[in-house]
Amino acid sequence: MSIVTVQLGQCGNQIGFEVFDALFIDSHCPQRLSSKRENEAYQASCKERFFSEEENGVPIARAVLVDMEPKVINQTLSKAAQSGRWKYGQHSSFCQKQGSGNNWAYGYSVHGPRHEESIRNLIQKEVEKCDSLSGFFIIMSMAGGTGSGLGAFVTQNLQDQYSNSLKMNQIIWPYGTGEVIVQNYNSVLTLSHLYRSSDALLVHENDAVHKICAKLMNIKQISFSDINQVLAHQLGSVFQPTYSAEGSFHYRRNPLVLEAGKSKIRTPVDSASGDLMENLVPHPEFKMLGVRNIPQMSENSLAYSTFTWAGLLKHLRQMLISNAKMEEGIDWQIRPPLPGLPNLSKMSLNKELHFNTSIANLLILRGKDVHSADLEGFKDPALYTSWLEPVNAFNVWRTQRAFSKYEKSAALVSNSQFLVKPLDMIVGKAWNMFASKAYVHQYTKFGIEEEDFLDSFALLEQVVASYCTL
Amino acid sequence: MTQSVIVQVGQCGNQIGCCFWDLALREHAAVNQAVLIDMEEGVVNEILQGPLRDVFDSKQLITDISGSGNNWAVGHKVFGSRYQEEILEKLRKSAEHCDCLQCFFVIHSMGGGTGSGLGTYLLKVLEDEFPEVYRFVTSVYPSGEDDVITSPYNSILAMKELNEHADCVLPIDNQSLFDIISKIDLVVNSGKLGTTIKPKSLVTSSAGTFKKWQEKPFDAMNNIVANLLLSLTSSARFEGSLNMDLNEISMNLVPFPQLHYLVSSLTPLYTLADVNVPPRRLDQMFSDAFSKDHQLIRADPKHSLYLACALMVRGNVQISDLRRNIERLKPSLQFVSWNQEGWKTSLCSVPPVGHSHSLLALANNTCVKPTFVELRERFLRLYKKKAHLHHYLQIEGMEESCFTEAESSLSALIREYNQLDATKSMPVEDLPRLSVAV
Repeated sequence: MSIVTVQLGQCGNQIGFEVFDALFIDSHCPQRLSSKRENEAYQASCKERFFSEEENGVPIARAVLVDMEPKVINQTLSKAAQSGRWKYGQHSSFCQKQGSGNNWAYGYSVHGPRHEESIRNLIQKEVEKCDSLSGFFIIMSMAGGTGSGLGAFVTQNLQDQYSNSLKMNQIIWPYGTGEVIVQNYNSVLTLSHLYRSSDALLVHENDAVHKICAKLMNIKQISFSDINQVLAHQLGSVFQPTYSAEGSFHYRRNPLVLEAGKSKIRTPVDSASGDLMENLVPHPEFKMLGVRNIPQMSENSLAYSTFTWAGLLKHLRQMLISNAKMEEGIDWQIRPPLPGLPNLSKMSLNKELHFNTSIANLLILRGKDVHSADLEGFKDPALYTSWLEPVNAFNVWRTQRAFSKYEKSAALVSNSQFLVKPLDMIVGKAWNMFASKAYVHQYTKFGIEEEDFLDSFALLEQVVASYCTL
Repeated sequence: MTQSVIVQVGQCGNQIGCCFWDLALREHAAVNQAVLIDMEEGVVNEILQGPLRDVFDSKQLITDISGSGNNWAVGHKVFGSRYQEEILEKLRKSAEHCDCLQCFFVIHSMGGGTGSGLGTYLLKVLEDEFPEVYRFVTSVYPSGEDDVITSPYNSILAMKELNEHADCVLPIDNQSLFDIISKIDLVVNSGKLGTTIKPKSLVTSSAGTFKKWQEKPFDAMNNIVANLLLSLTSSARFEGSLNMDLNEISMNLVPFPQLHYLVSSLTPLYTLADVNVPPRRLDQMFSDAFSKDHQLIRADPKHSLYLACALMVRGNVQISDLRRNIERLKPSLQFVSWNQEGWKTSLCSVPPVGHSHSLLALANNTCVKPTFVELRERFLRLYKKKAHLHHYLQIEGMEESCFTEAESSLSALIREYNQLDATKSMPVEDLPRLSVAV
C-alpha cells in the first residue's frame, strides 16, 4: 500500500526532497547483516510505499509539489533529477508566481479556493497511480504563508475527498526566534484549522533538530540542508518497512496500520488489521505526535561506538519521560509517579515540567537481534494516562534489517505532553501581539477576521488545558 | 518569477536610478557569466532584451522637467495633471510586459520640486491604477545643510503623500551617505587593510574603476542606495535556503498601516580577499548592521525601540550563523512588548558582486522619529514667517490648508512614535489569557 506525499511551500518542498532521498538511499544500500532476500523484500516494500515505477527504471516519488512561487520547486525538481537515483513526476508540481507573503490568510483564503481544482487534480492523479492507498503525508511549515495557510486548506480538502484514508501532517515548528515575525499568528491559525481536519500532527521542532545537529552531529556551520537531513532520517526511521506479525520475511503492507487483535477492524481491504491512529490518537482532542530517535551521531563518531538494545532503550525511555529531545543532556532525576499516589507532578505551566505523561507510544526497532530487545520499560502503566490499557497504549514494530548506517536503531512516536510548553509559548506570544492588534490588518485584508483569531485561540487553549490535565 | 518596475523621478531619483541599473546589470552578468564592456544606453537596451527581461522588465525615465523651481506644488499639481496620461501610458505598457508585476520602486528626493511633487503625485496614480501592486519608496530626505531653502515645505507636503499612499518607505539622507563614504575612504587610505583589498569590491565603486569620491561624491553615495535596492530584491531574484519576497517585507515589517518607515543599513562596506571568512569577521558584519554609523539615515536604532527587524543575508552564510548573531545581539536591543522576538530573516545564496557575503538590515524603529521632528521644526520656522509661501499658493489647487493638513499628518505620526517610545522602559507583562473550561 502506498503513501502519497503533498509537499507545500519552501520548507515542505525542501524537506520532501530530503525525505525521499533518505528513503531511497537507505533501501538501496544493502545491509551486510541481512540476507539478499531480506534486502530485496525491504527495497520492494519501500518502493511500493513511496515510489512508482517509470519505463526506463528510474523510480518516481509518489509526491505532489505545491508552491506559490517557482524558485524552490524548480530547484527541488532538478536536484532530484540530477541525483540520478530517483525523480519527481514531470507533471506533479503546481506553482504560481507571487508567493503568499508569509500571510496565512492569503494562503488559505486566496490561493486555496483559487487553485483548489488544480491541486486536487494533481493529487487525484497521484492517488490513481497507487494500487491501494494507505494515506497522505502533508509536509508543511507553520511559520510562513503557503505551507501554513494553503496547507491547512489542502488538508481540509483531503478530509472531504478522502475521508477513509489517513492524513498525517508533518508539521515544522519554527525556531523560537528569528524566522518570521508573524509566525505565531500563522502557527495559531494553522494548528487550530488542522486540528479540525487532520488525523494526526507529527511535529518536528526546528530548535530541537538544530540542537541535534550541533551537539550530536557536531556540525559547525549548520545549514537548512543539514537540518532537513536529520529530519528526513527521523521520518525514515519510522516509516521504512517493518515486519508484519506473520513472519520475518513478510513486510507489513500497510504502513499506517497495526496488527490483528489489537483493535477494531477498520478497512475492508486488510481484514486482519487495525488502525494505528486509533491507538496513537484515541481521542480527537489529542492529536500532537512527536518523534525521537536513537542513536543519532556523525559518521566519525559512529565508527567508535557500539550499541546494545538495553542501553538504547533505557536512554529512549528516559528521553520520553523527561521530555528530552535528544540523547544528550537527559535529566535522569525524573521518574514516573508511584502508582496509587495522586499524581503530584500534574503539569502546571508555571513550574518546570517534570514527568512527561504519555497517552500512547509506538516504538520502532531496526537492526541486529531486534527480537531480543526487552520492552518492559515501555509497558509500565506509570508512563501512561489511565484511559488506555498499556497493551493498547504501547505498540512495537520491528525488523532485523538495519536502517541507514546504524547497526541498531530505535525510534519512538509518542502522543504525550511534550509539546505543551512550546504550544503554550506560541499561543501566549500570539495573544500578546493580538491584544495590541499589530499586523491584524494584514489578515483582515484577506478575509480572516478577529473572530477567526479568537476561535483559533480558544481551540488551542483547550488543547493546552487538556494535555496539562492528563 | 515576479517583476518590479523602477520609477525614477527628478534629478536625484534619476542619478540613483542609473547607478542602480549599472549595478543590476553587473550583478546579473556575473551570475550569467557574460562580459560587459560598454555601458552605453544602446547596449543597455539590448541587454534588457536579454537575461534581465525576467527580472527588471523596463525602466521608466521621467526626465528632469526643468522649471519645477524646487517647488512641490509645481511638481505635484502642475506637472502631475499635465503629464499624468503620458506617464500612465508608459506605466501600463511596462506592466503589460510583466509576467507578474509585484512592486513599484519609486526613487526620488523629498526636498526639491520634481522628485518630491511629481514623485508623490505618481504614488496616488499607482495606487488607483494598480491597487494590488506594492509601492516601495526610496526617499532622500534633506540634510541639515541643505541649500534649498524651501526644502522643508517640499518635504512635509511630500510626507503627507507618503503617509497615505506608500506601502513602505526607506528614508535616506545625504549626510549619512557621505559619512559612510568618508569612513571607507579613511580606512582604505590609512592602509590598515593592506594590499588585500579588492578595489572592485567596494560597495561604492562602479563600472569596475576605483572612483575618487572627492571628485564625484554623489556617484559613490548613489551606489550605496543602488546596493540597497539590489539587496532588497536579491532573495526574490536568486535562490536561497530561506527566501523572502517583497510582499513579505511589508507583511512582517508593517504592524500598523501608518508605521511603514524602515531604517536601513548595509554591511560590510568593504571586503577582503580571503574566501573562507572566519566567524569572527562574519559576526562583525552583523554587529555593524546595528551601529548608528552604518544606518543610511541619521538614526540610532540601538537606543530606540524596535517594532520589527529584518535581516536579509546574502552569500555563504547559514542558519546557524544567523541564529548565533541574533542571540548575541538581542540583549542590547529593545523590542516593543508585543513583538519581543520580532525578527524576520532570509538567506540568499548569491552574494553581491565582489563580496562573499553581505547583510541588509531593515528596522521599523522609533529612531526614525528625530528626522521627522526636525523636519517639522524646520517647516514651522519657515511657515510661521510665511516665507516663500506665495510661490506655492499661486499654484492652482494650493491653499494654506494643504500646509496645515500636511503638518497635522506629520504630527500624528510623531505622536504614534512618542506613544511607542513611552512604553520603552515598562516591564513586559503577559496579558491574561482566554480561560477555557476543562
